[in-house]
Amino acid sequence: MKKANDQPKQNDLPKSLTGIQGLDEITGGGLPKGRPTLICGNAGCGKTLLAMEFLVRGATQYNEPGVFMAFEETEKELTANVASLGFDLDKLTAKKMLLLEHIHIERSEIEETGEYDLEGLLIRINLAIDSIGAKRLVLDTIESLFGGLPNTLILRAELRRLFRFLKEKGVTVIITGERGDEMLTRQGLEEYVSDCVIMLDHRVTEQTSTRRLRVVKYRGSAHGTNEYPFLIDETGFSVLPVTSVGLNHSVTTDRISSGIPRLDTMLSGKGYYRGSSVLVSGTAGTGKSSLAAHFAFAACKRGERVLYFALEESPQQIIRNMRSIGIDNEQWVKNGLMKFHSNRPTFIGLESYLTLMHKVINEFKPEVVIIDPISSFIVGTNDFEAKSMIMRMVDFLKMNTITGFFTSLTGANSELEHTQINISSLIDTWMILRDIEIGGERNRGLHILKSRGMAHSNQIREYILTDNGAELLDVYVGPDGVLTGSARISKEAQEYSEQLSRQQETERKKLALERKRKAMVAKISELQEEFEAESIETLNMIYLEEERNKAFLLQQRDMAMSRKADTD
Amino acid sequence: MKKKIKEIEYSTDQFESALGDSNSEKYILRLYIAGMTPKSIRAISNLKTICEDHLKGRYDLEVIDLYQNPQLATGEQIIAAPTLIKKLPLPLRRIIGDLSGTERLLVGLDLKKT
Repeated sequence: MKKANDQPKQNDLPKSLTGIQGLDEITGGGLPKGRPTLICGNAGCGKTLLAMEFLVRGATQYNEPGVFMAFEETEKELTANVASLGFDLDKLTAKKMLLLEHIHIERSEIEETGEYDLEGLLIRINLAIDSIGAKRLVLDTIESLFGGLPNTLILRAELRRLFRFLKEKGVTVIITGERGDEMLTRQGLEEYVSDCVIMLDHRVTEQTSTRRLRVVKYRGSAHGTNEYPFLIDETGFSVLPVTSVGLNHSVTTDRISSGIPRLDTMLSGKGYYRGSSVLVSGTAGTGKSSLAAHFAFAACKRGERVLYFALEESPQQIIRNMRSIGIDNEQWVKNGLMKFHSNRPTFIGLESYLTLMHKVINEFKPEVVIIDPISSFIVGTNDFEAKSMIMRMVDFLKMNTITGFFTSLTGANSELEHTQINISSLIDTWMILRDIEIGGERNRGLHILKSRGMAHSNQIREYILTDNGAELLDVYVGPDGVLTGSARISKEAQEYSEQLSRQQETERKKLALERKRKAMVAKISELQEEFEAESIETLNMIYLEEERNKAFLLQQRDMAMSRKADTD
Repeated sequence: MKKKIKEIEYSTDQFESALGDSNSEKYILRLYIAGMTPKSIRAISNLKTICEDHLKGRYDLEVIDLYQNPQLATGEQIIAAPTLIKKLPLPLRRIIGDLSGTERLLVGLDLKKT
């Protein structure tokens, strides 16, 4: 088993890095060096662009000059087309790092008589490669030959010769081809190019388009086999393999406040982890955006930058609405700490929107990103795409230690503890806002479903929006169940009065006791006084008796002396 | 072969009378070959025959070896060899192959209507 694993490493194919974000990861280091690679796909799926970027990156990053043989566009058109992607072909051409050559084939100008070969084309390619010492070559798209030259027998034989020639030349070649009905390409180019085949796809589902890339085949190398979404934007081509991100983002133990003191207390006293992902889900009107606004406000107050993606409301509307609960976020917008980005994702497609978000995040470099709500990424049945998109978004934020705060609308009939896109497993802290309907009124409740890595409160709190922001209150939990709102208030009042009467009773008892004690004390003192008075009298009498006794004895002695008594 | 040439002569007469003025036009022809391969040799001899037969005295033919002048392949947008380019009279036309199909060659050179 070990041997089998080791072997491919030793005999690893030499590869040519494309420099295209993500593609090198999928292919395990780029395209096969010195061999042809076929890129096929429908019209407008980005074949030419991928090929061009391969050359441009080769020239700018790996010092490998490249030749672009264009069968469909002229040099000027090509230069103009890719200028919007930030490629300056004129500069590269001037530096002899790039050579563009248009191969003009016009069916109406060509007449076939007898045998011929494509030596002219080979000479041109050879000349172009040698003139700048090219290591990379693009043929875009060689299928045009089939349109210009009707004799396919000759053509196929010549193509075979061409690829043999190119392999001998040792250049890494990209050949593009239109996708055919049953074959990968219309003209069966895959027959000649058997080393590596990459398929591009541009699919429209529910009126939004997604671009995808798949490595169909890569001879002699392991490669990612999934379909990977990719984007084309101002910085060129980027493939975003879900798996490429890996799960090794650095984490911090730094905690940041949620903006609501009571909520921080529920989150073991300190709030969210910095760089974690927070989800608030709930049904309509439960105050998800208000929680987001609180968090944003608190972050700005700490001097952090907040990027707020409002997918369903305009920035002005959000600011106005939040002012009604006493949160003035406009000041932060004015001093540049907070930035709103309002756009419907369905307008430009999920993938493009993801790029847009990446771009804005890279530019603004926020500490906190709020997406309100993520549920609006779902249009129709694109759950999977939305999920993979959000997954990549979350990963991207985590990699950059940006705290992500997402809200998600739960449908009226769906379960509360269920996000529409099943992203709960990606989320670190998940709070649920719910309606509690008692006694003819709806009240908001909040509880923390989970919060990774901290001891959090397991209680439901009543969540009230006041003029001074959101507040969390204890709900009434008693024999009648959980009570909120006016039911809670009346229950509390009832309890209060009950308690009050109990208190009065006690008070009364206390008074009675005091009275008794006082009576007792009075009685004691009366008795004491009586006793004292009696004792004085008695003592007095005893004294008098004693005095009388003494007097009697003296009298007796005097009498005895006078009688000359002999006693004593 | 002889029969074919006779056919050609016959048809040539037909189209020459139809063409009228254009008979006096000067032909500028360039034949690009890639080395002296059998194909190249065939192409040269085929072309010479046609020119002598139909354009005697009013054509300018140059045979160019692409191996000697590879940059011409780029400049002239050549992909196949041999390629005959009819520069004048307009329209510009490319005829590829060893020029063995005389009929098509004549059509390509606007010496015969299709």
